[in-house]
Amino acid sequence: MALYSEKVMDHFQNPRNVGKLDDADGIGEVGNAKCGDIMRMYIKVKDNIITDVKFNTFGCGSAIATSSMATELIKGKPIEEALELSNKAVVEALDGLPAYKLHCSVLAEQAVRAAVIDYYEKHNIPYDKEKFKIVDCDDCESCGT
Amino acid sequence: MFVYADNAATTSVSKTALDAMLPFLTDSYFNPSSLYSSAQKVAEAVAEARETVAACLGAKSPREIYFTSCGSESDNQALVSCARLGARKGKKHLISTKFEHHAILHTLKALEKQGFEVTLLDVHEDGVVRVEDVAAAIRDDTCCVSVMFANNEVGTVQPIQEIGALCREKGIPFHTDAVQAVGHIPVDVEEMNIDLLSLSGHKFHAPKGVGVLYCRKNIPLFSFIEGGAQERGKRAGTENVAGIVALAAALKESCEHMEENAAKMIAMRDKLFAELGKIPHSKINGSLEHHVPGTVNMCFEGIEGESLLLLLDKHGICASSGSACTSGSLDPSHVLLSLGIPHELAHGSLRLSIGEYNTMEEMDYIIETVPGVVQYLRDMSPVWDELQKGTREHLC
Repeated sequence: MALYSEKVMDHFQNPRNVGKLDDADGIGEVGNAKCGDIMRMYIKVKDNIITDVKFNTFGCGSAIATSSMATELIKGKPIEEALELSNKAVVEALDGLPAYKLHCSVLAEQAVRAAVIDYYEKHNIPYDKEKFKIVDCDDCESCGT
Repeated sequence: MFVYADNAATTSVSKTALDAMLPFLTDSYFNPSSLYSSAQKVAEAVAEARETVAACLGAKSPREIYFTSCGSESDNQALVSCARLGARKGKKHLISTKFEHHAILHTLKALEKQGFEVTLLDVHEDGVVRVEDVAAAIRDDTCCVSVMFANNEVGTVQPIQEIGALCREKGIPFHTDAVQAVGHIPVDVEEMNIDLLSLSGHKFHAPKGVGVLYCRKNIPLFSFIEGGAQERGKRAGTENVAGIVALAAALKESCEHMEENAAKMIAMRDKLFAELGKIPHSKINGSLEHHVPGTVNMCFEGIEGESLLLLLDKHGICASSGSACTSGSLDPSHVLLSLGIPHELAHGSLRLSIGEYNTMEEMDYIIETVPGVVQYLRDMSPVWDELQKGTREHLC
């Protein structure tokens, strides 16, 4: 069996929505360079709908593929749905990831969430702060550093 | 174009090795332990292979050559044997280095759990162990020093002869994992004061599944596999005859052509260093002065190694990386970290290891391809973005 599914390879080799949005309404960045992956998400929001999304990622093949898939899953969707995006949904949409790469999907979920939270904070929109937290890198058990 | 640039991982089986082994898979399939004459001819072939290997390594006697299944097995047996021998005399301290292969590091970890003490030496920024560091680490209860001949990731060559002389003077058994050296650079166990040496056939065009442990005659080996009297009772199990014969043939060929092969590989390697070194914010890892002919190890800032490898694969280039993501762990290569390379930079590493079958045209293709792939990944990297904006400091 190949390391990655065809969908992962497709999203890695032809990533969707790569780039930046200079006039983004929300920006989220998670991960750190020491651990080997950083994702940055830019969203544009109009009438509660995510009208555009772009990403920048430093990381392995699955980090790039999960970022790309996450942008596809939230583009054109209501912002509440983006907030609820789970890593599981990203993994399923990619037809699975190797177990030791699952943290990439968590990072993608967290990057989208961070961008939505940034938008909410900027516009003073209330949301469930207990439910939708950003996991601190120091609390992540994925890496030993 | 398809370019195989991962010869430090494994090599193709040479025609010489294949021709040598085929008869022992077909007509001469007999068990060398059997008595009839057809089988005895097979035993003779194994004996001849042992003599060839002994000659290539500069060993005094073929009785010092033990065939194993791989380099890792040889490493395990060498260290455990030295440890058992030491323990009998109350000596339970072993010295090695931080950038050894896991076959060494994990064996040492296991020995620690059994009550042995281990000192792992620093390898400095140039990837070279200092003889004085070895000298300073030696204690009255040191029972083994093990230092790899050439590092598998960065390709740096260690001062083996000098470390061997020091150990000889102190009466401490000296082992070297020479998996990346044998067949590529001169190795002479007598001249270099080596007591035990591990090698693996598939690194010099023999098939996978066969290795050698050289062990000087006054050092008793501990047997891992009990059974028959093969390998003088130190490694039971019917011999991998075809593999053993192929290993000897491949080693002989590699040693006979060592100088011309090295010259060819060094020309290719140096071209890669010169051209890929022009990529901005890249770093060549390890001393260039003490270096095997075929290995190139570099870091590119702002990108991650696995994505680089996957894209190079798409372009037909087979390479390797010390990046975390290729290993199933999240930490980058212990080798690169031991050279003091920061995590951030170590994640973006690339190892190209060339062999004598590679061509200059292939190097040109690598040189044409790598910069574009690096730039593509940098263009989508938030780390590179910060480096460009000056909000993050360059590490190289």
